[in-house]
Amino acid sequence: MKPFSYSKARTVEDAGNITSGDAAMAIAGGTNLLDLMKLQVETPEQLADINRIGFAAIEDTSDGGLLLGALATNTQTAVHPRVRSDYPVLARAILSGATQQLRNKATNGGNLCQRTRCFYFTNIDQPCNKREPGSGCGAIDGIAKLHAVLGASDQCIATYPGDMAVALSALDARVEIATPAGGQRSVPVRDFHCLPGDTPWRDNVLEDGEIITAITLPPPVGGTQIYRKVRERSSYAFALVSVAAIVEMEDGLFSRADLAFGGLAHKPWHDPRIGEALIGQPASSETFDRAADILLENARGYGENDFKIPLARRTLHAVLEQAAEDAA
Amino acid sequence: MIVKEALLADTITVNRTEHPIPEDPRTSLLDFLRSGLGLTGTKKGCDHGQCGACTVIVNGIRINSCLTLAAMHDGDQVTTIEGLGTPDDPSALQQAFLEHDGFQCGYCTPGQICSATAMLQEIANDWPSDASADLEGRIEATGEEIRERMSGNLCRCGAYANIVAAIRDVAEKSA
Repeated sequence: MKPFSYSKARTVEDAGNITSGDAAMAIAGGTNLLDLMKLQVETPEQLADINRIGFAAIEDTSDGGLLLGALATNTQTAVHPRVRSDYPVLARAILSGATQQLRNKATNGGNLCQRTRCFYFTNIDQPCNKREPGSGCGAIDGIAKLHAVLGASDQCIATYPGDMAVALSALDARVEIATPAGGQRSVPVRDFHCLPGDTPWRDNVLEDGEIITAITLPPPVGGTQIYRKVRERSSYAFALVSVAAIVEMEDGLFSRADLAFGGLAHKPWHDPRIGEALIGQPASSETFDRAADILLENARGYGENDFKIPLARRTLHAVLEQAAEDAA
Repeated sequence: MIVKEALLADTITVNRTEHPIPEDPRTSLLDFLRSGLGLTGTKKGCDHGQCGACTVIVNGIRINSCLTLAAMHDGDQVTTIEGLGTPDDPSALQQAFLEHDGFQCGYCTPGQICSATAMLQEIANDWPSDASADLEGRIEATGEEIRERMSGNLCRCGAYANIVAAIRDVAEKSA
């Protein structure tokens, strides 16, 4: 690991001040950042430990929703009684990711900010436009099994690796952010992560010196909630394809369908047209295919990950079939 | 540039003994335990949070000691394999691993036992896992639950069947 100076932030203002500038970073759980620092993918000169700035509570909001502190751990979030009862899709998504040891340390804010697991990004001997702008993308003509089939660019085909944010996208949660000027702004999770475009180094909309303070969940949304993750082994593996679904049926027809997808793109994939196409339709193979057609209309494989396109279609079928059965 | 700050002069408690936090902020908790304190029971496998050999218990919670800095643990209580039992007075899980032959080379064993020690408490708390059918119900220490919950501890010798048997044995006796 490259040498760095280390300090403990005592307040969120402290944290914002210390982390302003390219050479400074915040550390919370550290499970992703320290891994990347050992690989010298990240080489901060200054590290601000933000574990003691507060924002670790999980509490009810005045509108009946739930506020998840940015520094609450993934475990504390997944086992919280209200997350388990009111937002089961979120509990399921978190529990499907990583291992208990990692979830015990990883924080909610850090989980949103985790970097891609693209092999070219994590290997400093390889070209990667995300890590080293202008160096090229090794994955486009290389090892691309985990890579994107939606929303990629000729600069970067990396995927966002997380599960939690996929469920948050289906729930239409918001990210609460403290700005360096002492202000606060709020961004829908659906708009928090970026597509790679011509700026693949940019994972999300956080600006210099901004710190995530919380994730806010809307009042309980009910419905049948499912998180289905397809992966190469049954535990401790990143999603090849995942689907977060919140579904309701009335008289045999879909009356609600909020869907988000993981493993397919540089961000949790949410396309409101998919849910709209399901509303008022019966649970049939034809209905599911129309939804999958919308999801995959611009899908493109890069050889090794071609399988993700039919896999996404089949996973969506399976989830909608199960949701319709459970909701009936 | 390594800046020493007064904040780094705090202490960390390992197996009930207080120690000063190391000066170099790069020191992982794992390296601090092994090289700083000579507690070599905790093992370094991958050093990237993938194998679980470095698992220790911090404030009752199991974590990978390779993916955290010692400096981040001022005021914390750390328990390592040396703090769980001794050859003359092994913990229930240490004894069960012996009786069930829950290892071959033994390198992953301290991490397996620290992990399982905290895991049994998680089950007692009824914390669900990916393998739990019901997010809000009572959790039983079934083979399926144990395998899912122990997936962060790899055993290259493949002693998994006996590791699960050892853990189930302790879970059933304490149930």
